[in-house]
Amino acid sequence: MNRFLWPLIGFVVLVVLLGVGLTLNPRDVPSPLVGKPAPAFSLPRLHAPEEQFSPQDMLGKVWLLNVWASWCVSCRQEHPLLVELAKRHSAPLVGLNYKEVRGDGAIDMDKVPADKEEGMAIERAGAWLRQHGDPYTLSALDIDGRVGIDYGVYGVPETYVIDKTGIIRLKHTGPITPDALSNSILPLIAELSK
Amino acid sequence: MRQLMIGLLLALLGCSTGGVSAGEAQPLAENPVTEKRLLEISTELRCLVCQNESLAGSHAELANDLRREIRTLINDGKTDDEIMDFMVSRYGDFVRYRPPLKGTTLLLWFGPGVLFVVGLAGLLRYLRRRDRTITDSPLSAEEHRRAEALLHDNDSRQGRS
Repeated sequence: MNRFLWPLIGFVVLVVLLGVGLTLNPRDVPSPLVGKPAPAFSLPRLHAPEEQFSPQDMLGKVWLLNVWASWCVSCRQEHPLLVELAKRHSAPLVGLNYKEVRGDGAIDMDKVPADKEEGMAIERAGAWLRQHGDPYTLSALDIDGRVGIDYGVYGVPETYVIDKTGIIRLKHTGPITPDALSNSILPLIAELSK
Repeated sequence: MRQLMIGLLLALLGCSTGGVSAGEAQPLAENPVTEKRLLEISTELRCLVCQNESLAGSHAELANDLRREIRTLINDGKTDDEIMDFMVSRYGDFVRYRPPLKGTTLLLWFGPGVLFVVGLAGLLRYLRRRDRTITDSPLSAEEHRRAEALLHDNDSRQGRS
């Protein structure tokens, strides 16, 4: 009896461990930024490039920072949810347009003059928002992706929930799902807004 | 055959050097000391896009950006530890191929050792128990005599040949 019991227990433990492993998402890397102040930056605004946006402008508000780009396929997937979210006015949604021109694999950067890149980014990002709807209170242009590095961006889209004191409270990597929106993002916004 | 192999090798070599000169990862700083440090640091770091590749070996765009960032930090006179901290504070311990020893990584560091010790203890227990079940069965006088005769027989046969 004992001869078969122990191998059986070992097998069951292995199956349980592997089963749990299957449900985990290896791309979901816990961000060390959660619980820390949102890194400061100052970037030109998409619809008013002569003006700068800085996270400090949002102090006192619970807000969302959504990293996006027109070349990002998954962004298109989550976009309708963002448009819907914006209609609810639960929290301001700020877009961080990430490497709009140089992030697009289809563009040969050797052929883009350095001084034309921002203009191209504004053109492309603006056209995309006109086509798909603009859920953003405003969008900031991270042309070279330097701010993205400070936020630990490694896969667009990414979304951050930032509280009234400027602390990052949640990071969602990948497209927002209806499930993530209703079960974690919206309840968190409601709680932080109290 | 030999010639074919050499030809093939040369072709491969040609391909790879061609790839390097045409690739994007052209060094911004030609300083060999900087490049050597960059290589040392980036082989210790994981590329977050293709997670099983090091930052040094990855062709992902983020890897390019991060290598450029590290190069800037080196040129700014930052130490290796400061550069590691820069990466870890943004991407977490996951970015390091050698995660630090702490509560959440104890299992990672010592799990294999613990498994080995448990396995070894199990094996020893099993062997001891088996030792106990195997009992000596001494030969009877008759069997002893027969064994002796057989051995003797074998000896004499060998002597003959």
